[in-house]
Amino acid sequence: MDFRTPLAKALGIGSAKAGTAHWWMQRVTAVALIPLTLPFIILLKLCINAPYRETVAWLAEPLNTVCITAWILAVFYHSALGLQVVIEDYVAKEGAKIIAVWAVNLSFLFLALAALLAVLRIILVG
Amino acid sequence: MGWGFLTYTTGNFMAANSNRPTSPHLQIYQLPLTGMISISHRITGVMLSVGLLFVVYILSAVSGGTSSYGQMQAMLGNWLVTLMYWGFVYALFFHLCHGVRHLFWDAGHSFDKETLDYYAKIELGAALALTFIALIFI
Ligand code: HEM
Repeated sequence: MDFRTPLAKALGIGSAKAGTAHWWMQRVTAVALIPLTLPFIILLKLCINAPYRETVAWLAEPLNTVCITAWILAVFYHSALGLQVVIEDYVAKEGAKIIAVWAVNLSFLFLALAALLAVLRIILVG
Repeated sequence: MGWGFLTYTTGNFMAANSNRPTSPHLQIYQLPLTGMISISHRITGVMLSVGLLFVVYILSAVSGGTSSYGQMQAMLGNWLVTLMYWGFVYALFFHLCHGVRHLFWDAGHSFDKETLDYYAKIELGAALALTFIALIFI
């Protein structure tokens, strides 16, 4: 069934078609981040206070490696999605908006890769 | 443009229709607690995103070995950085608590006006408690 009005069909424009997925993934990543905040805080506290060996040993535990990797994936996805909403709300100019969203997405992809590779290097080399 | 702009400073420009209803303007309207919390969720979200830069720095420092690890710890020992770290943790737990509230709303619960302030206070308290637990016990 097609609920679109004749005018909408003639214009051929409408939503960007990906809004629901965006909204949904924001929720999925939020739910994932609730438990994953705990291992993140533990790692953060180790990095700030513990000797080098202890931090590395903690991160090299398989369960901890998985949790921190999952946290990294969820958090960078979550914040890139979130910042996109903020930009769309406040940046009115179409061009500037697109550039800003792309800049955020690429930066956060880059940061996520840097974080993942750092974890990999810590557990393999550290 | 004529001389009309001179009257701008006297306020006469509104004379034509001075009793129009004005919408609650952000700088004038006193946000209720629940509104403050709402914008704080957005602000903490953006702040936490900036904080992720530090997290990447910390992980890179760990991956760089003992010397870069030591440098990183020395930098994080600074009192200003420590203060920022506490702020980051509180912002994180506040954002988490209000995020949970969002999830309840998304599931179609807890929209009644009477509970808004009540839950807002619970969120703030829970975030504070979680921050203390995280900073002291973990
Ligand atoms: C360091 C971790 C986190 C960062 C950097 C982050 C970042 C963000 C950002 C930038 C937004 C967009 C704000 C807005 O649109 O107003 C957002 C929204 C959201 N966050 Fe987070 N977040 C983090 C952790 C969490 C956690 C642990 C939860 C747990 C429930 C959560 C739940 C949510 C929800 C539900 C939204 C959507 C709010 C809305 O639709 O207005 N976030 N987050």
